[in-house]
Amino acid sequence: MEKPLTQHIRKDGRPLTLKEYEAVGGYQALRKILKMTPKEVQVLVKESNLRGRGGAGFNTGLKWSFVPLNAPKPKYLIANADEMEPGTFKDRILLENTPHQLIEGMILSAYAIQANESFVFLRWAYKTAAAVITNAIQEAYQAGYLGNNILGSGFDLNMHLHIGVGRYMCGEETALLNSLEGKRAIPRAKPPFPQVSGLFGRPTIVNNVETLCNIPHIINNGAEWFQKLSHTGDAGTKLYGVSGKVKKPGAWELPMGTTMRELIEEHAGGMQDGLKFRGALPGGASTDFLVSEHMDVPMDYTSVAAAGSRLGTGTLIVLDDKTCPVGFVENLQHFFAQESCGFCTPCREGLPWVEKILESIDSGEGRHEDLELLEYHTKALSPGHTFCALAPGAMEPLQSALKYFREDFETHINEHRCPY
Amino acid sequence: MLTTEEKYEIDKAIHHVPEKKAACIEALKVVQSHRRWISNETLCEVAEYMEMSPDALEAVSTFYNMLFRKPVGRHVILLCDSISCWVMGYKELQQQITKRLGITLGETTTDDRFTLLPNCCLGTCDCAPALMIDNDLYRNVTTEQLDEILKKYE
Ligand SMILES: Cc1cc2nc3c(=O)[nH]c(=O)nc-3n(C[C@H](O)[C@H](O)[C@H](O)COP(=O)(O)O)c2cc1C
Ligand code: SF4
Repeated sequence: MEKPLTQHIRKDGRPLTLKEYEAVGGYQALRKILKMTPKEVQVLVKESNLRGRGGAGFNTGLKWSFVPLNAPKPKYLIANADEMEPGTFKDRILLENTPHQLIEGMILSAYAIQANESFVFLRWAYKTAAAVITNAIQEAYQAGYLGNNILGSGFDLNMHLHIGVGRYMCGEETALLNSLEGKRAIPRAKPPFPQVSGLFGRPTIVNNVETLCNIPHIINNGAEWFQKLSHTGDAGTKLYGVSGKVKKPGAWELPMGTTMRELIEEHAGGMQDGLKFRGALPGGASTDFLVSEHMDVPMDYTSVAAAGSRLGTGTLIVLDDKTCPVGFVENLQHFFAQESCGFCTPCREGLPWVEKILESIDSGEGRHEDLELLEYHTKALSPGHTFCALAPGAMEPLQSALKYFREDFETHINEHRCPY
Repeated sequence: MLTTEEKYEIDKAIHHVPEKKAACIEALKVVQSHRRWISNETLCEVAEYMEMSPDALEAVSTFYNMLFRKPVGRHVILLCDSISCWVMGYKELQQQITKRLGITLGETTTDDRFTLLPNCCLGTCDCAPALMIDNDLYRNVTTEQLDEILKKYE
């Protein structure tokens, strides 16, 4: 089984140096594309069917193709390394261990859209990654992979590390742009899309770290190779993770379309002794629960969507039978209510209300009408009713919990206490 | 008054961006790293230096979790309260911290040694529960280990 993204990660946790990365084929893709036209690179990546790993799953090559290639300088490429989705810890692994894979991916992507300025927007909490990336950027400049006239090609690219100051919204791509401009991280209206008018009003591409790390491998091995890595129609490998009360929580690079059963039973070693599986959020806090009947759903964008959820970030959070589903959802809604940027009313007012209702149900003070109120919010905060995807994302675990764990909500209300 | 060192570091950040104002978050980070937190006075000094109104800078500073507009202690404990850590029992760590230090979320010890703050997912969910003290990340933390960890910070 091929693991292009993680196969060279060292066991001792030390990041690959530039020399070590070059020794395993690093920066060969860069030499290759400098002989291609930007359009050719875009077409290759589009044909590979690489879909964005930041959660939305949009075709990466297609996204790039919306950038006007002949627009005057500057254009920007940004690596979204703000990873703050609760339960998500996959980009951290790539950032801390294989910094040059990301940097090369960024150079290739910048070339494809002819951007000359790039940023890594890194989460403040990732202190190790900050040191590793800082050092790797320096190495890349010294080797002539960054800066002016890269490898004598006439292509220039600068790269800066920006360390954020903490807010979930910084991960939303238009809010990220506002934050980079020194403003509050509130989202922007689309259109205009960032591809046309992004950072400082210039054409900009924002891609997730895992997305970018795939690019060198696609350039080196081709679109068909990339598609064959997958078990299903959605191409490539995926960095999956499992957290919660399983025997061996962790993250693994596996073929796209690996089932939830294989992830939990094989890789995560099954549930802890004495506990049973009740459900899982397949891709971070803002995805719908999957339950036992979904164990054999291939974990790719298309199949998970057909099962009523989203692949999201591909990092599962497991709910066991001794953990209260109401408390679980209450914790999530506390997070969303707190991280709402406050820009639009349904989200700013609705999420704290939802949190309070869940709090009262959990503490035994709930009423049966409260369930209707919660149902109401899942509709009032659904896509199209709020300015960005935060609030609809918050409703996903809630609406599915109300569907799959309804008896738990009712027991809390009937018995005026938390039965767990 | 901003110190020469602070100004030098802020200028470096301004250098990377096309408009001075765009570096205001960096500027706040710089002064916080020297002064632990951002007082009203500090905020006004930075605003003046960045050629912004104090309220425009205040709007930015109050938005972000890691810009402190209230005093914090010598060490800041960031306790992850997100879902994986909740499942794995962060509440027990919180109780233990309160027992040992006599402070709860948002409070600072009277000797100014620790401030305890809740924090969103630290991105190490396979090793939950987790917490950070200053720049150090601790994973799979048990209540027994907590005492040893706290001892490292004076
Ligand atoms: C509230 C919110 C938070 C987000 N946080 C992140 C994040 O931390 N990292 C990320 O890559 N994408 C995040 N996204 C998705 C981005 O908006 C964007 O779709 C993604 O960075 C695009 O990259 P991709 O096409 O490579 O997936 C977030 C979206 C929303 C609505
Ligand atoms: S949905 Fe929430 S986070 Fe998004 S813009 Fe509205 S208030 Fe802000």
